[in-house]
Parts: sequence; C-alpha cells; structure tokens
Amino acid sequence: MELKDQHIIKTVNLNIGYASKKKVNTIASNLNIELGKGKLVCLLGKNGIGKSTLLRTLTKVQPALSGEIFINNNNLKTLNSIDLAKSLSLVLTEHLPESNLTVYELVALGRQPYTNWVGNLSETDLQFIDNALEQTNTKHLINSKYYELSDGQLQKVVIARALAQNTDLIILDEPTAHLDIHHTVETFALLKQLAKEFNKTIIISTHEINLALQLADILWLMMPSNFMADTTENLIENNCLDQLFESELISFNKTLKQFTVSNSY
Amino acid sequence: MGILLLIFIVNISLGSVYIPLKQLFLAFINGEVEKESWRSILFDYRLPKAITAIIVGSGLSISGLLMQTLFRNPLAGPFVLGISSGASLGVAILILGSSFLGATAAGYAFSNWGQAIAASVGSFLVLSAVMLAAIKVRNTMSILIIGLMFGSLTASVISVLAYFSSANQLQQYLFWSFGSLGNLSWNEISSLLVVFLIGITFVIFIIKPLNSLLLGENYAKSMGVNVKRTRNLTLISTSLLTGVITAFSGPIAFIGLAVPHLTKLLFSTSNHKILVPAVAISGAIIMLICDSIAQLPTSEYTLPINAITSLFGAPIIIWLLVRKRKINY
Repeated sequence: MELKDQHIIKTVNLNIGYASKKKVNTIASNLNIELGKGKLVCLLGKNGIGKSTLLRTLTKVQPALSGEIFINNNNLKTLNSIDLAKSLSLVLTEHLPESNLTVYELVALGRQPYTNWVGNLSETDLQFIDNALEQTNTKHLINSKYYELSDGQLQKVVIARALAQNTDLIILDEPTAHLDIHHTVETFALLKQLAKEFNKTIIISTHEINLALQLADILWLMMPSNFMADTTENLIENNCLDQLFESELISFNKTLKQFTVSNSY
Repeated sequence: MGILLLIFIVNISLGSVYIPLKQLFLAFINGEVEKESWRSILFDYRLPKAITAIIVGSGLSISGLLMQTLFRNPLAGPFVLGISSGASLGVAILILGSSFLGATAAGYAFSNWGQAIAASVGSFLVLSAVMLAAIKVRNTMSILIIGLMFGSLTASVISVLAYFSSANQLQQYLFWSFGSLGNLSWNEISSLLVVFLIGITFVIFIIKPLNSLLLGENYAKSMGVNVKRTRNLTLISTSLLTGVITAFSGPIAFIGLAVPHLTKLLFSTSNHKILVPAVAISGAIIMLICDSIAQLPTSEYTLPINAITSLFGAPIIIWLLVRKRKINY
C-alpha cells in the first residue's frame, strides 16, 4: 500500500535541545521535516551546530523539547523499543567494545528485535543476514573476528548489521570519519545503492560536503539561525549553501558545485 | 563434561585417609563399603565438599562473566558490587566485635550458620547501598567505581575493628577470609543449591540481551534491548550467586575473575549461549582441581583454598596471555 502521504519520517514543529531544571538550551526550533522512501539524505553543518542532537532526538536517544516525530506514521513517543528497532536502525561513530565476536555473529545481532527470548535464528533471520552480507559484499569475511578487519571493512560490516535489522530507515552518524578517501567514496556509493535499489531511506550526518553534493537526493543544512531541507539542486539554485559556513575562508562555487578555498588565501 | 566427571572422581578419592577406588565406586553403586568409617568420610565429608566446590566454582565464574560483559571491563569480577566487602564486614563485626556485642554473639561467632547469616546480612546491606547509588547514576562505569569505593570503605572499617581485637579473634576472622569448601552440612548445601538455581534461572533470561551489549549500550538500545532491565537482572543474579556462595564458603578470590578469561581464550567466542555453560563447567573443574591440590599433601592439613586458587591460577592466566597475546572480554 503506497499512500501519497506515506512518510518514513516526519516531524511537526519539532524543537530540539537540552532541558535541565535551571534552563532550557534550544539547539534548533520549529523543524518540519518530511521524508519519503528510498531517499539518501545528508545532514550538513559545522562542528557543534547540533547535528548529533538532531539525530539523537530522531532516534529517541534523547527527548524532544516539544513537537512531534512520526516514524512510519507512528508517533515516536508511543512506539515501544522493539517496534522502534524494527523501523529504525543505527550506525554509530563510537568504537565497538572489544570482544571475540565474528563478523557473522555481529551481523546476526541485527536480528535481535525479531528473534525469540534465547535469540535463536529462524530461516527468515538467516535469509536476512545472508542478504545483508550479500548487499554489502562482506560474505568472504564472515569467519573473521571483527577486530581483525580494517576500518573500511568494519564500516561495511556495521552497515550490514543495520541492514539485517530490516528497517525502512537507517541513520548513520559520521560513518566515514575514520576512513581514507577511497573507502569514504566506497561507503557513500554503497549507501546510495542501498537507497536506490532496496528503497531504504538513509540519513547520514557527515562532513564530506563535496561527496554529499554529488550523491545525496536531499540535503539537510543546519545553520545557527535556521534549518533547511530540500533537494540538492534547489538548494544550489537558491544560493542556500553559501550560508552553511559563515567564513571568509571558504565559499560555494556554483558552477563547480563545490566548496572552494577563497582566492585571497 | 567428561573432564568434570573425571576430576570429580579424583577429587573425592583424595584426602587424608586413603580409600581404594574400587571401594569408592562400590559405595556409590550399592552403598556397600568395607569399613563404616570410609562410608562416613565419603558421604559426610568428601561428597559435600566436592558438590560445594562445583557450585562455588560455577557460580562465581558465571558472576564474573556477567560483570565483565555488563561493565565491558576485563578487571570486573563477581566482587565489584561490594558483595565480598559487605560479607567481610558482616563477619568481621560478628567475630571481631563479638566482645562488644556480648556473650550470645560470641557463641554465634564460631558457628557456621552464624557466620553465614552475618555474611549475608553484610553483603545485602552493602549491595543495597551500591544498588541505590546505581539507580541514581546512568553511567554503568560509575557503578563500577561506586562498588570499588564501598570496598575500600568497608576495608577501613575492618582495619579499625581488627586494631582493637584480640589475637584469637583475629585468627578466627583470618580463617574465614581464607575461604573454605568443607564443613558444610547437607542442609547448608541444599540452601546453597536452591539459591544457586534461582540465580542461574535469571542468567538464562539475560543471555540474549547480554550478547547485544557486546556492541555497547547504545547499539543494544537501538536493537530494542531494555538496557536498564538487563542491568538490574544482571546485578540481581550476580548478587544472589555471589552472595550465597560468600556466605557459606567465604570470599573466594580469583576464580570469578580468571575463569571467564580462561574460557574465552580456550573457546575463542563471545557468544553467551556458549560462554555461560562453558564458564560454568570450567569454573567447576578448576575449583575441584584447586580443592584437590589443597588437600594433596596427604597429610592432616588442608591448605587454604584462597591461596591455591591464586597460586596456581595466576601463572596460568599470565602464560595464556603471553602465548595468545590478546584477551577480550
């Protein structure tokens, strides 16, 4: 059933930030985001602007100050943790704690929301794990311990785990922070392919602006005064990208569709 | 399992009185033994001790495994929650403070049940304090530190008590702190066993969430795991297992810390579905071996079990680490 107003994620008058007894620190206010299936979204903004706060709020790690979030048309507030895990999977920046897990076991953990109380894998679970390994091209690694992998391989495996969780929405927090340019491009290409071929909605927070400009369907720009969400073409057309960094050092070159270092330096 | 059975037989065949193996089997099969005293030694002394060793070994090892996974820290053991310090405090107050408490307390101070109850009450109180603090803090690492702080707190109270006690009382306390597997009646063993089984039942229910905790609390949450509930269940089962064991056999060191590492090195896995039973069996085997060594000098004397566990366990762990170079928790 493909309804026209079927949103994978939607926010209504969302205010995000931190509230303590003494004061409320609003990071961003009045966010109205709508996102459909199969979109690759890049969340851009300078350090400390609140990208992580936004992602943490969207994933129910921290509460919203006010406003509503809907995931698959369900209000995030009323969604229980298992149902949330079935509609939203995460790839985090943090390093995994050390353990003896093999790549296969790590990917299989993605099936936890679906397995029974002892965690036995059913035929369906095995199929999803297999697909996830196939889609990320990590099948040859299944018997390796994950600490033996390179950063590039590990990133693919962690994405495979998110895929095994079989959610419409995957959110990645700076997935390419530790990677060289080759693996960064490879990771972005993989995510683009997952969005296109398997109709996943993927939100990435990233500092790889030039890659984001080339690959993302939609950009979310977080700036001190406002938040903009639109297709890459529209944002370029309306000269919105210039406001992303309030700096003399870098500016957006409309013809190259890239950020460049200003000539004076 | 086979090794466990073999060690079990070796363990009960050893002791200050020599009993031929043939007689041993006969005693178990049809209850007939040449000498009545052998029968009494077997069923009233050696068998209870071997069973205690199995429960103590596997209980402490499982607790250690749970703590290491929960705190994602290889140095965590069953005693990080202040259970051992609480039990020590209870027993210390009973034995060292008995002169202040009066004649009735002095009578209890030297009985098994008296010490067991003092240990239980002590560990329950300290554990409750740690748990109350644990509810207040979100960070799992902070709980670890709070547990350690309570440990040094009780240690200093015990020092003060020890300073004012007689040599006789000190010796009595020291003997308790050496740990002991013997001297338990069948009655005491059955209470030990019941609490042990309750603790294990809790453990079975947290095997799945513990596996997802291997990726860290944030990933576990994102996979629908109720981290707080898992944490509380882990703390409850650990305190049941460690608490009852410490109450009856004293603070037995090293096993809870070392056996999980040993098992992880041997099995090279982090999957708790394999690790929990593997750790339980290894713990039982190692405890039986330690107990066999403790009574090996076929003399009247039995060495303190705490000395044996560390004396033989520590070099093995060091050797394994140097050989394999990598340890994971």
